[in-house]
Amino acid sequence: MADMAINPGAAAPRGRRAWPTELNALIGLVAIALVFEALAWAIRGQTFLGNTAILRIMILQVAVVGIIAIGVTQVIITGGIDLSSGSLVGMVGIIAMSFAQAGTRNGADFTGAVFWEQGWVDLPVAVPIAVGLVLGLIAGVVNGALVAYAKIPPFIATLGMMVTARGVAKWWTAGEAVSNPTPSFAALGQGMMPVLIFVALAVLFQALLSFTLYGTRTYAIGSNRDAARMSGINVERHLVLVYALAGSLAAVAGLIAVSRQLTAQAGLGVMYELDAIAMAVIGGVSLVGGRGSIIGTALGMLIFGIIISGFTFLRVDAYYQEMIKGGIIVGAVALDVWRQRRRALRG
Amino acid sequence: MAEVVLRTEGLTKHYGGVHALVNADFELRRGEHVAIVGDNGAGKSTFVRQITGVEQRTAGRIWFDGREVHFAGPLEAREAGMECVFQNLALADDLDVPSNLFLGREIIRWNLGPFSILDRRAMRRATEEGLRRTGVRIPRLDNAIRHMSGGQRQCVAIARSATFASKLIIMDEPTAALGVQETAQVENIIRNLKDQGIPLILISHNLRQVFDLVDRIVVFRRGHIVASLRREETDGNDIVAYITGVKSQNAAAALI
Repeated sequence: MADMAINPGAAAPRGRRAWPTELNALIGLVAIALVFEALAWAIRGQTFLGNTAILRIMILQVAVVGIIAIGVTQVIITGGIDLSSGSLVGMVGIIAMSFAQAGTRNGADFTGAVFWEQGWVDLPVAVPIAVGLVLGLIAGVVNGALVAYAKIPPFIATLGMMVTARGVAKWWTAGEAVSNPTPSFAALGQGMMPVLIFVALAVLFQALLSFTLYGTRTYAIGSNRDAARMSGINVERHLVLVYALAGSLAAVAGLIAVSRQLTAQAGLGVMYELDAIAMAVIGGVSLVGGRGSIIGTALGMLIFGIIISGFTFLRVDAYYQEMIKGGIIVGAVALDVWRQRRRALRG
Repeated sequence: MAEVVLRTEGLTKHYGGVHALVNADFELRRGEHVAIVGDNGAGKSTFVRQITGVEQRTAGRIWFDGREVHFAGPLEAREAGMECVFQNLALADDLDVPSNLFLGREIIRWNLGPFSILDRRAMRRATEEGLRRTGVRIPRLDNAIRHMSGGQRQCVAIARSATFASKLIIMDEPTAALGVQETAQVENIIRNLKDQGIPLILISHNLRQVFDLVDRIVVFRRGHIVASLRREETDGNDIVAYITGVKSQNAAAALI
C-alpha cells in the first residue's frame, strides 16, 4: 500500500504532463501482487500468481461487483455517492429471476414457479433482462431525482433506496428463494461471461467519460457545480442521467449474479455497494468528486480481488478477512482524505 | 445608439430593507474601458449581478448593444455577447484548459444528444488560437487546471471570456488573489483587449491598476454612483475623496 501513497506528479509540474492517479493504482496492484507472491512462497511454498485457477475464481468474483463499481464511479465523480446498488442487485435479481423460470424441473411440471398460475414460465430471455434493466433504471431515476431536484444529500437518498429495495426483495416472495431458470437465462452468467460483460461495459463507459459531452459534464459537475451551472449545463438533468445509468449497471450485475448462481435470494448483494465504493476509491476516484476513471476503478477492483483471494490462499480465516476488508475500505478513504489535504496545503 | 454598448437607467436593487443599489445611471461606449471602484458594500458587485442577470433587479432599465434587455440568467447575457470573469473563478478544476474554455459550448463531432462525441482536436486548436490572441501563455493545455498557479487559472478564465466575448467583458477583482508577476500578466491581457477594441468593465480595489488601465472611473458609494471621471481629469486623492464621501457629483447620494 505504501507505493500508492507516493504521488510524485501532484507537485504542479510546469510544462510537464501531470502524473495520472491510475499509474499509482497500477504500481499498487503490482506491488501488492508481488507481496502476496512472496508470502505464498514463504508460507505455503508455492506460487500464488502462477495459480490460474485461483486467479480465475478471483476475477469472476470481483467482476460482478466491478460492474456495479462502473456506475458508482460515475456517481462519485459527480460528487455524490450510491449506497443502493447492493440492494438493487438483490431486488432486480429476485424479480428478474421470477420472469426467467423454466416450466419443468427434472422432467416434471415446476408448479413452484412464482408465476406458474399466470403461465409466465419459459419466457424468452429478453423478458427477465428487460424487467431487470427497467427496474434498475427506475430506481436510478428515483435516486437521481431525489438528489438533483429534491436536493436530498446523496448519502440519505440512496440510503433510503437501499433499505426500500431490500424491503421489496424480501416482500416479493416473502423471503423464499427463486430458482430453476431457463437455460438461455442461465447462460448469461456461465463461464467467463461476467468478466466479458464487465470488460465490455468498462470500455464503453470509459469511452463515454473520455470522449463525449457526457464525460465532460460529469467531471465538470463534480469539480465545480456552480461553474457547470453557469456554463449552461443542466446539472439536475445530468445527475438524473448518471444515477439512472448507475441503477441500470447495478441491474446488470443483479441479472448476472442470479444467472450465475441459478437461484435468487432476497439477501443477495448485501454489502456489494461498499465493495464497489472501495474499488473506486482504491482506484483513485476521489470522494469529493471530479477525479477518477473507469480504468482506475478496474485496477482498484483487481487490487481488491488480489487482497481477498491472497488472504484466502494464505488460509487466513474468513473472519479476519472481513476485518481486513473493513480496514481496506477505511484505508482507501483515509488515503483520499490525505491526498486532498496535501493538495490543499500546497495550494 | 450603436456607439453605446451598455446603458442603465435608474437601476435599483433592494435586498429586503437593504438598498444595495439605488438609481444607477451608467453608460459604456464601444471600445471603452471603465473601472468601477468603491468601498466594500458600495454596490459594485450588486451592480454587475443585475447587468449579467445573475440576480433580477428591483427597478430600472438596461440597454445592451442597442436594445433593451431582460436577462433571465447569466447564460442569456453570455449568449448576447457579454462575458463575465467572476471573483470565484467559474472553472472546473479537474478539466483541462480546452474543456474549460469550451465548457457549455463544446465543439461536437457527432451529435448523439448527451452522448455526443467531442471534437477535442478542434477545441484544442481554437484554444491555442484564443490564448495567442489574448497573450496568455499556458505551458501544457492538457493538464487539469488544478495543477496550475492562481495566476494561470485566472488567465484561463479571462481567456475564456476574451475568446467568446464579442461585445463586453466584465471582470470582478481579477487580480485580487494574485502575486505581482501574475497581476502584471493579467494587466497585459487587459491592454490586449483594449487594443482589440473590446469594451471592459473592471471592478478593482487597486487604484494604481485602475489608473494604468482604464479610460474612465466610476465611483460607487453606499449603493449610489457618486462620480464618473475621465482618467486625465482626476487623480488618486480625488478618487479617494469620492470613495469616502468627502466629495460627490450626485446630489441625492450626498444627502446620506
